[in-house]
Amino acid sequence: MIEAINISKTFGDNKVLDSVSVKFETGRCNLVIGQSGSGKTVLMKCLVGLFEIDEGKVIYGDKVLSRMSFEEMKLVRQEIGMLFQGGALFDSMNVEQNVMFPLAMFTQQSLEERLERANFCLSRVNLENANKLLPSELSGGMKKRVAIARAIAMNPQYLFCDEPNSGLDPHTANVIDNLIQEITEEYDMTTVVNTHDMNSVIEIGDRVSFIHEGKLWWEGNKDTILESDNKELNDFVFATKLTRKLKGL
Amino acid sequence: MRLVFKQPEKKSIYFRQILIETEHLGLDSVGIVVFISIFMGAVLAIQMAFNLDTPLVPLYTIGYATRQSVVLEFSPTIISLILAGKVGSRISSEIGTMRVTEQIDALEIMGINPATYLIFPKIVAALFFNPILIMISIIVANMGGWLAGSLTGMVPSGEFIYGLKAFFEGYDIFYSLIKSVVFAFLIVSISGYHGYYTKGGALEVGEASTKGVVNSSIAIIIFNLILTNLLLA
Repeated sequence: MIEAINISKTFGDNKVLDSVSVKFETGRCNLVIGQSGSGKTVLMKCLVGLFEIDEGKVIYGDKVLSRMSFEEMKLVRQEIGMLFQGGALFDSMNVEQNVMFPLAMFTQQSLEERLERANFCLSRVNLENANKLLPSELSGGMKKRVAIARAIAMNPQYLFCDEPNSGLDPHTANVIDNLIQEITEEYDMTTVVNTHDMNSVIEIGDRVSFIHEGKLWWEGNKDTILESDNKELNDFVFATKLTRKLKGL
Repeated sequence: MRLVFKQPEKKSIYFRQILIETEHLGLDSVGIVVFISIFMGAVLAIQMAFNLDTPLVPLYTIGYATRQSVVLEFSPTIISLILAGKVGSRISSEIGTMRVTEQIDALEIMGINPATYLIFPKIVAALFFNPILIMISIIVANMGGWLAGSLTGMVPSGEFIYGLKAFFEGYDIFYSLIKSVVFAFLIVSISGYHGYYTKGGALEVGEASTKGVVNSSIAIIIFNLILTNLLLA
């Protein structure tokens, strides 16, 4: 489990996160939703330690992230897999080298063993026969899948996905959502997904946290979100004509 | 800088990175170094011959003066300035692009120290290969001078070669190599710094690249004076 307690983050005069407290449970897809600029990505980067928080604390199991030394932080990070918005694949490496990279860096596995693991991870994301392609030769959906394969290569306990379906067509977005949910359940990971895609919420939202103007505004799940009477949440959820029609607004 | 020299995660990976960077930063620069050096030496020899066109100065002086200019100043400094443009812009833009596309964040999330992984192998490769490039430049520039003198008939081949060998002091080569090592460190560390702390997008990557080249060139010019004063004065 990951827990954020009263975390705040300010950039200059702009308070992006304001005393946010939220729990992310193990074995479930924990979704963080909100409009663009609401603070979702900053929250995620604070959770993984890429941004230093101004106030509050982040707890992984029983360890407090902000009190860790550089070396302790490195060990925790080996338990973390992260899918970035653009994939963040290493341009100079092909698909299999990207997936094998953390294994080469942190394990004593032979090349054959690493290759076997990379092939397994790539097959897990339904991406066989792309081993030798460079990131520049991949489509958006393929990049995300390679990034997921790289993120799970080390069998992480924690998986963070920053807008995994941004820029993808609805079908591919669905495939990625289902993949994240399957992997989460299969490996019993604590998964945190940032999204503003309502399809993802309905598809995999075991637990949903709504961030608005840097504050935690609402918590629930995919079943309760449609019934909520929270005005800001409803403005976000029923922002399109289609959803408003479905809701009868 | 403190981050760059932290303990590497896995030495074999870093060793492979050093070899890759030696190819990118060193071997790939041999062509441009040879091309510039041969013309630099030729122009130097012709200018020497033009300015020393008096019966009071022996002809071998042209070879001697060309060699001294090449060894003491032109090869270590001019070639390092050229490398600041070629290698420095490459380093800044490569690391800057990795920063804005979150590849550096991805390394950090994996538990890898990105500064060490990205910059340390480049520093080692440049410190190792820059002196080799400068030695190549010295040899080729002197050959260029000899060719220009001989082909234009300004200096007979024998006189020029005698001048190249006259009053030779090994310390001059040592001085030249010390400069090349210091300049290599300046180029990689300054360009790497600007790339590593890039914020924004494509425009900022371009700015980082420009800053990397300009600032490392300025540093080379300043350290050229400091080193010359320390080692020759």
